[in-house]
Order: sequence, then C-alpha cells, then structure tokens
Amino acid sequence: MIINHPLLGPRDAQEFTYLGDASLIDRPDWEAADAQEQFYEYAYLRDNPAGEHRELWFHEIGDRSWLVVTRNTLTHEITSVEMARDVARSKGRSK
Amino acid sequence: MHDLIPITPLGRTTAQIDRFKGLQISECPDWALASLAARRNREGDTATAAEKFLGIPLPDVATCATAGAFTAFWTGPQQWMIEAPHDRHEDLAAQLKAAVGDAASITEQTDGWCRFDLQGERCHDVLERLCNADTRVMAQGQVTRTRLEHLGCFLICRTKNSHFSVIGPRSSAGSLYHALTVAATSVV
Repeated sequence: MIINHPLLGPRDAQEFTYLGDASLIDRPDWEAADAQEQFYEYAYLRDNPAGEHRELWFHEIGDRSWLVVTRNTLTHEITSVEMARDVARSKGRSK
Repeated sequence: MHDLIPITPLGRTTAQIDRFKGLQISECPDWALASLAARRNREGDTATAAEKFLGIPLPDVATCATAGAFTAFWTGPQQWMIEAPHDRHEDLAAQLKAAVGDAASITEQTDGWCRFDLQGERCHDVLERLCNADTRVMAQGQVTRTRLEHLGCFLICRTKNSHFSVIGPRSSAGSLYHALTVAATSVV
C-alpha cells in the first residue's frame, strides 16, 4: 500500500504506523458536565465501517508527522491524505 | 579534574574508514548537530533569524542547504537539523539559541547521532540493498529519512551518484556500520 504524503509524495506504507479512527482528534472537554460519558465514548466506542474510513497514521520512518488518511476498508483505496495538524487546527484544536 | 578521552560512535579514538573497490565508507565523528523547530506562529521570525545566523534560508521540504561551515537539512514540518564542524561549533545549540531567541526551540543533538559517509560510484549498490530510498534519482542536496537496518536514518545526497551521508542513531552505530560493511563486502 502506498500513502501519498502531502509533503513528501508517495511513500510505502511500511514507513507508517497506524493509530486508529481520526475521531481521536476530537478529545472531549474534561470540564464538561457529562465528561465521564463523553470520555467513555471517546475511549471505547468506535464505528467499524465497511467502506470509507478516516484514520490517523504516523510517518515514523519519515518526517514523523501525523496524517489523516481516508481509506476504503473494503478496497484499501486511499482517496485523501491530509496533515493531521491542519485538520486539528481547522477544528479549532491544537492551540 | 577528569581526564576524558573522546571516542567515536564506534568506540574508538580514530574514525573508522573502510575502502572497497569504488566505495569508501567512513565514520564522520567531527560534526556537531542541533535541531531547530519553529514555535507556533513564529515561523517567520524563525526563518529570518536562522537565515541571518546561517547565511542561507532554511531549506525547503526534503532538501538541505550549505553555506560556509553550516549545513541545514529539513527533518519535518517547520523542523530542521543544523550541522557544523565540531571543533569550531562544539556549542552549536547555544549559538543557535542565541540567534533565534524564543522564536524556535533548539535541542543539542551531537551525541545522539552517528554519521557514515559513502563515497564512490558503487554507493547505490550498497544503499539499494539496505533501504527504500531511490538513491539513483536523488539530486545533490536532497534529503530523506528512511529505514536502514531497522533504524530510522537520515540519508543526505551530498553529490549526485557519488557521495551520500547516512545519519543514524549513535547507540546503534555498530549495527549500522555492520550493515553497511556487510552489504559493501557482498556487492563490491
């Protein structure tokens, strides 16, 4: 599998480490009234889609950036690769 | 007063040099390293201050730039490694910190890494057996990070087709040296 790194171009998937669902970027607010329920969902509940899935990959043997990769779990086709930093900042995170 | 003897990454007092037909593999201990990472929203200040100190702009993605004693190479988004001769720049990190102030974070890296230079027309034959990088298409000044002997190493093309530097973790210098020389022995 080849991951098309936004800065470095196509790189072999063996250079990357998989973390999981990109929703991990959306860490709940620990001060929220229902923080316990939100963290339970954040830590344990995952969708398991047969199809398009946004996920976090780490370019370990590379520039060590985190990427958000949109991959089809049925075909392994990768349709988009973004810098996780940009995704997080566009959501107002990573302040 | 301690009486310390400086040793190379391979644990010797002189740098190891191995010669093969069309290839020389040399341990290069005489380089100081420091990493530079721009702080958030201070990217412009970092670029200006670094250029003033180095005499050249910080290099773009996956490249390196050399001016005088300094070589800077890109290691990640808004991150670079600066390399300079150890005898004149033993305190490279402190010099850089004085230059960039609070615009960037500087970390001393000298003894974290070891450098092996491959020189000669057979360097591709060794590197293509050891790592993913397509060294034959790498132009002078191109840099990539790649896995070599299970180690994350920087690979710098100093001269196209004939001079590459492998910068790997110093604690695994022996393994890296072993991989390079075994590959060289088998292919050259």
